[in-house]
Amino acid sequence: MSTPVVQAASEQERGGRRPTAWRLLMNNRLAAAGFFVLATIIVVALLAPILPLHDPNVTSPADRLLPVFSEGHPLGTDHLGRDVLARLVWGTRVSLVVGVSAALLAAFTGSLIGLVAGYMGGRADNLMMRGIDMLMAFPYILLALAIVAVLGPGLLNALYAIAVVNIPFFARNVRGITLGLSHREFVDAARLSGKSHLSIVLTEILPNVLPVIVITMSTTVGWMILETAGLSFLGLGAQPPQADLGSMLGQGRSLLFTAPMISVIPGVMVFLIVMSINLFGDGIRDVLDPRLRAGTLSRPMAVTRLDRKEVPELDETARRSALAVRELETGFEGVDGIEMAVKRVSFTLRTGECLGLVGESGSGKSVTALSLLRLVASPPGTITGGAVAIGGRDVFALPEAEIASLRGGKMAYIFQDPLTTLHPLFTIGEQIAEAVRAHQPVSRRKAHEKAVELLRSVRIPDPEQRAKSYPHQLSGGQRQRVGIAMALANDPDIIVADEPTTALDVTVQAEILQLLQVLRRERGLALLFITHDFGVVAEICDRVAVMRHGEIVEEGETRDVLGSPRHPYTRRLIACVPRPGQGSAFLDAIRAMPAETEGAGIA
Amino acid sequence: MAAYIAKRLIAAIPVLLGLSLIVFLIMAMIPGDPATAILGSYATPENVARLNRSLGLDKPLPQQYVIWLGNLLQGDFGRSYALNRPVLDEILERFSATLILAGTSLVLCSVFGLLAGIVSAVRQFGWVDRIVTFFVLIGISIPSFFLGLLFILFFAVQLRVLPASGMYAIYGGGDLPDLLRHLVLPATTLAVVATGVVARLTRTAMLEVLRQDYIRTARAKGLSERKVIYRHALKAAMVSIVPVIGLQAGFVLGGAVYIETVFQWPGIGAMLVKAISTRDILLVQGGVLFVAAAYVFVNLIADVIQAMLDPRLKA
Repeated sequence: MSTPVVQAASEQERGGRRPTAWRLLMNNRLAAAGFFVLATIIVVALLAPILPLHDPNVTSPADRLLPVFSEGHPLGTDHLGRDVLARLVWGTRVSLVVGVSAALLAAFTGSLIGLVAGYMGGRADNLMMRGIDMLMAFPYILLALAIVAVLGPGLLNALYAIAVVNIPFFARNVRGITLGLSHREFVDAARLSGKSHLSIVLTEILPNVLPVIVITMSTTVGWMILETAGLSFLGLGAQPPQADLGSMLGQGRSLLFTAPMISVIPGVMVFLIVMSINLFGDGIRDVLDPRLRAGTLSRPMAVTRLDRKEVPELDETARRSALAVRELETGFEGVDGIEMAVKRVSFTLRTGECLGLVGESGSGKSVTALSLLRLVASPPGTITGGAVAIGGRDVFALPEAEIASLRGGKMAYIFQDPLTTLHPLFTIGEQIAEAVRAHQPVSRRKAHEKAVELLRSVRIPDPEQRAKSYPHQLSGGQRQRVGIAMALANDPDIIVADEPTTALDVTVQAEILQLLQVLRRERGLALLFITHDFGVVAEICDRVAVMRHGEIVEEGETRDVLGSPRHPYTRRLIACVPRPGQGSAFLDAIRAMPAETEGAGIA
Repeated sequence: MAAYIAKRLIAAIPVLLGLSLIVFLIMAMIPGDPATAILGSYATPENVARLNRSLGLDKPLPQQYVIWLGNLLQGDFGRSYALNRPVLDEILERFSATLILAGTSLVLCSVFGLLAGIVSAVRQFGWVDRIVTFFVLIGISIPSFFLGLLFILFFAVQLRVLPASGMYAIYGGGDLPDLLRHLVLPATTLAVVATGVVARLTRTAMLEVLRQDYIRTARAKGLSERKVIYRHALKAAMVSIVPVIGLQAGFVLGGAVYIETVFQWPGIGAMLVKAISTRDILLVQGGVLFVAAAYVFVNLIADVIQAMLDPRLKA
């Protein structure tokens, strides 16, 4: 929660950003609705003394239990003949004041504890936070009950009790942020400039912590109003003749069967208050911490969205080759339309061939690879044009189920960084066996045997035992071997290896490359090898395609491209591979290359 | 696994000690003479003096705590003067009722919260998601004690299909079907808020997990979407959902105070409310400690389940 909140805060501090944040908040329709309901309730409650209402405490036995919409009593009267509308408005006033006071008290005390603990750190921090943990080990309401039991029933005591049980939320959140901030450069600078601790906390840290306090308050104030009403409902809060919404509800309960409206009306009011606070609070949280905004967390679908305007005709070569890509276009939907990541990319991979797709990060090579079987996360990814042919058939024309059967079947992927690409909670044996069973109708036991077999074929020692390991128990190189074993599970014709050696150190990298070479020869695999490293390309690829800004800028036999690169970008990439003995001349060579002029050549 | 459980059990000891210390300190805050507060203002001076002695109130605070704790460990929670019986007997008698109510609610909120959250995440921004989000918002905003009253009005008064209060029918009840009929309304009411919280969190956790690289790997293997969601994504999401369900145990155990009062369920919550109004301090103390300890225990179970799901946590 740290950086974005802090940034939002400092931007607000500078002023000028406030209207934007406010407009953002009001753009959220639910938050705006919550705000207006809440504001109306607050205004009415504040105006209670000057509104033309009956005296909420004047009893009138003759008018007892009048129904709703009676003359002069729009919401009827209670069992003592008191006007329910007047009592509702005054009760709301009390409930709001008590709830907000409790929230302020909890926010002040909790934040103070959090600031001190976070700023001092060490033993003081440890001690205070253990105490806070202890408070949180209680079921929420029980601690409040224990406090009320000691102090005795009463509205003020209920307020204290609810404030105390909410202190931990503030203390924890504030302490977390403060701890992070207290080691930041600007705080060190303030310390060196001789500022006192107090003034550092007040002027450097507090302004950055404020949004967290506001967020915590917006999420807890609703509970606090609810819980104080609850204590009053139980008869432990407001005592007659004083009344808040909770005690009105509690008293109405004895008349539930004869005059249900007397308890329903204050209940609905508590509900309205809490709901509007929740809606408004969610809105505030979204504005102050944009990462939490519901819209940004969207679920990637099973296949990438497909929106082809026209379908390119598949030529003879495309229908004969293992894999052919024609005019592929993939983009990402953003706020201002689609941002293209792959622009009209075409290449062909023949059976048994190794094609290197080379480019720096962001050049679109991984998106190209993932587009082949519609694996680009979508939303926001969209394939807007082109065709991919595997075994002569247009993949993008196939139904989802058939794409699933191609995935890991005819064509398999090996990903970069197997620590994040292997499921952390399944053993590697399970994960490989699962890949087998996804495409072959074999028993669980058979699949497991096959998994062990595959682990052996990628040279993992003691495969029976290793199959029972979880990914985090293996080394990086072994994890990558597992990724390769998984890709081989169904004897694919094509393997797409997306930077399979990038996360590994150099010796392990060499071993993995050698393994891939051997497997390719043994099984006659076509390999699409994606990398940024021309050194790796030189070692294993028959042909190479160089990608830049989503386009293929040069393609040819590896030897030719390496020997006489035509495109300046290719030359720069090749120069990036250091040769032994070259020394610092290596860097000078890259620096000497023209950086900007080449751009003009492409455009 | 056994080693891990043992480790968690040992780690629970300081938490329990801390709980007892906080309860002890709160009770030490009683204004005036605690013995008078415990016995009530009509107590004779001899009784007050005797209680002061037996509670060790004439000794310094740390020593009092040790004595008090020692008594607790021997099962001596003191005596309820209002009920004229040992606190522990009363608590044990009522605890089973609370356990039935809170346990049922916890099961309900886990099942329905998970289902709603998963469906909501899978059909993100679809109409099911909207409906779930709408009900979750109502669920977490409505006061449970008010919802209980509404349920009574509707199901017991209007439709007359379910009993409004108690745990068993006064005449002719006492069997399991009778208990279940009485359980439906209070357990549902108590589960509503927690269901909303679990559903909300499940939705977020599922959406978070579905964006992970290993989900892409699962898809790249050619797994069906059903397997991707219910095997790969759900298992990973459960790691963060389980502790939240553990926290809901706190909400249902605490919320039982309201629900037991509304539905006159003979559990610890209703007992506590009554004990507070009669200033039966030792009963309050014992009840709070007991329920808090139960909560610690539930969270311990949640921790163990979490570790069973995620092998990385056992280390």
